Amino acid sequence: MYRYDDIDQRIVDERVAQFREQTRRHLAGQLPDDDFKPLRLQNGLYLQRYAPMLRVAIPYGILSARQLRMLAHIARAYDRGYGHFSTRQNLQFNWPRLEDVPDILEHLASVQMHAIQTSGNCIRNITADHLAGVARDEIVDSFVWCEILRQWSALHPEFAFLPRKFKMAVNGARTDRAATFLHDIGLHALRARDGEIGFRVIVGGGMGRTPIVGQVIREFLHWPHLLTYVEAVLRVYNRHGRRDNPYKARIKILVKARGIEALRDEVEAEWLHLKDGPSTLTEVEVRRVAGRFTRPAYEMLQDIELPQDGPFGAWRRRNVHPHKRAGYAALTLSLKKTGVPPGDVTGAQMDAVADLAERYSFGELRVTHEQNLVFADVRQDRLEALWRELRALGLATPNIGLLTNIIACPGGDFCSLANAKSIPVAEAIQRLFDDLDYLHDIGELDLNISGCMNSCGHHHVGHIGILGVDKNGEEWYQVTIGGSQSPAALGRVIGPSFAQHEVPWVVERLIEVYLAGRDSDAERFVDTVRRIGIEPFQEHVYAHAHSPRRHRESAVA
Amino acid sequence: MPTLIRRGAIESPPSPEPGAALRVEPHEDPAAVADRLGSAARVEVHFPKFTDGRGYSIARLLRERFGYRGELRAVGDVPRDQLHYLARCGFDAFLLRDGEDAKGALAALAGFSEAYQSSVDRPLPLFRRRGASSSA
Ligand code: SF4
Repeated sequence: MYRYDDIDQRIVDERVAQFREQTRRHLAGQLPDDDFKPLRLQNGLYLQRYAPMLRVAIPYGILSARQLRMLAHIARAYDRGYGHFSTRQNLQFNWPRLEDVPDILEHLASVQMHAIQTSGNCIRNITADHLAGVARDEIVDSFVWCEILRQWSALHPEFAFLPRKFKMAVNGARTDRAATFLHDIGLHALRARDGEIGFRVIVGGGMGRTPIVGQVIREFLHWPHLLTYVEAVLRVYNRHGRRDNPYKARIKILVKARGIEALRDEVEAEWLHLKDGPSTLTEVEVRRVAGRFTRPAYEMLQDIELPQDGPFGAWRRRNVHPHKRAGYAALTLSLKKTGVPPGDVTGAQMDAVADLAERYSFGELRVTHEQNLVFADVRQDRLEALWRELRALGLATPNIGLLTNIIACPGGDFCSLANAKSIPVAEAIQRLFDDLDYLHDIGELDLNISGCMNSCGHHHVGHIGILGVDKNGEEWYQVTIGGSQSPAALGRVIGPSFAQHEVPWVVERLIEVYLAGRDSDAERFVDTVRRIGIEPFQEHVYAHAHSPRRHRESAVA
Repeated sequence: MPTLIRRGAIESPPSPEPGAALRVEPHEDPAAVADRLGSAARVEVHFPKFTDGRGYSIARLLRERFGYRGELRAVGDVPRDQLHYLARCGFDAFLLRDGEDAKGALAALAGFSEAYQSSVDRPLPLFRRRGASSSA
């Protein structure tokens, strides 16, 4: 991972000092709520239904064992002993006291972490593909480019008060694992025919209440121009994005209003002035940043045969991923054990995972947008030993890619914006599908749950998506099918919404249609939906909907 | 009493000065006022709310694209906590909103000793300045 130099450290330290003073003034009654709010948001602090929530940035998802131990310490000292990994590679603490937040930020700074711009109408934490540096189809190490962008976006003076939040993702491999078409700006690395590295720039994607797949604004951006071009996009957005209605303020609305062609012209015209200016990246800088990353000291090894059968085989098949170095593997620690809210980790688990990361994976780990953890550099001959230790910690559920690897936002149990709860729904579905053989038979399936239209649970891109909606003060759930993250596609609503207790039942019916309709075991749920359309699913669910039928009239979504 | 921060000093009330100011609203295009910059005693960029970030881009355009060198004053909802960003975007005078503590505002201007980006006050981004001064 990137190690701060003294200047990186100083900037974060000065930010903590600034926020400490602002918090002091607020608590002393000298900084009213309305004025304090944008300041605290840009330091990651929300005021939630029951208590403040602090969102800590895990830039592009990478953590050291030392940092994870600090998060465990914070969880114990300032929270109720656990933290929640979000879908944007952040960690959220749900119970810190406002007056403690400056101290928490200082603890974070002591291990080169921060909560800068994890909320507010500014450039947010930049996310990346979680297999950067180890994937076999890698083009560039996205972490290096993310760090360059992190520095550029941190405390950017011009873009602290954008019309709305601004999310960016970088994907460094051929396969898009970073959902670049679903961000305000997505950057997908490319190698041109002459060998030059650049990025395809995608703009205006996003979920939320107006889900839209992004559009390519520039097919190939040569890497030295990365910052100047992105700055041109941001400037056009900052000046012309709508500010009269927060629901119409994201850049996707500007893209829609202007049309991609016109926006492209506008951005190019702005860029003409910035191009080749002082923000043009240099090889020296890219090498400097790359050189400040710790790199695993790999040994010369051979790939080995691993057992296919038994519980270890099942885990290996689901949770272990190929590695570009012979003899190594990347693996996912599932945070989706039934009965545990998706993404939640206790302080004790964090300490234990930190310990394992040190013993098995060069002291580093990663956080994925699916709210799981990844050890990226494990020797294949030590996988089985590691698996035993993970199992003892409840972190070896072999469900990566399967239905029970549910993405769910904190929902109505924690979030003040929620229409409905998401955690109990996730748990009820996990309980219904607790037969591992059945789960494996169903195969790859992304099931995503959001508690409201803000879509933190990415329901639009779930193969099955579940969205909490409010009907006259009651909690209802709308179901979509056919979404996918890569290639980016948005799910379609199957019909009127359902009561909470009906949701697992609906999922079961959807699975029945799939199992009866798939053309082979290799056809995934989402492929079947694409091939046969959503009608057979609708028919089956609503024909058999004994209780849903009751609500159909009153609950048209 | 209105308080102006200018060139690192507090003027309360602001000292009187001759000439007319050119005022730019957030929806206005700096290009449209470019030919009047030369004759203005100063330029005022209006912030109806401090969370309206358009004025930051306007300031940079006035300075970096249209070459304006005179006084650039932030007016309207200008609290002390924004002074640092405003200064980096090219403002050199700040008409504080009512009730802001002027000494605190001066201190806020000096809150950060470094910044990564290219900005009006320091056109070279940090990565072009790090050079040999950077150490582990
Ligand atoms: S999707 Fe809605 S309910 Fe869920 S975390 Fe986001 S804002 Fe809260």
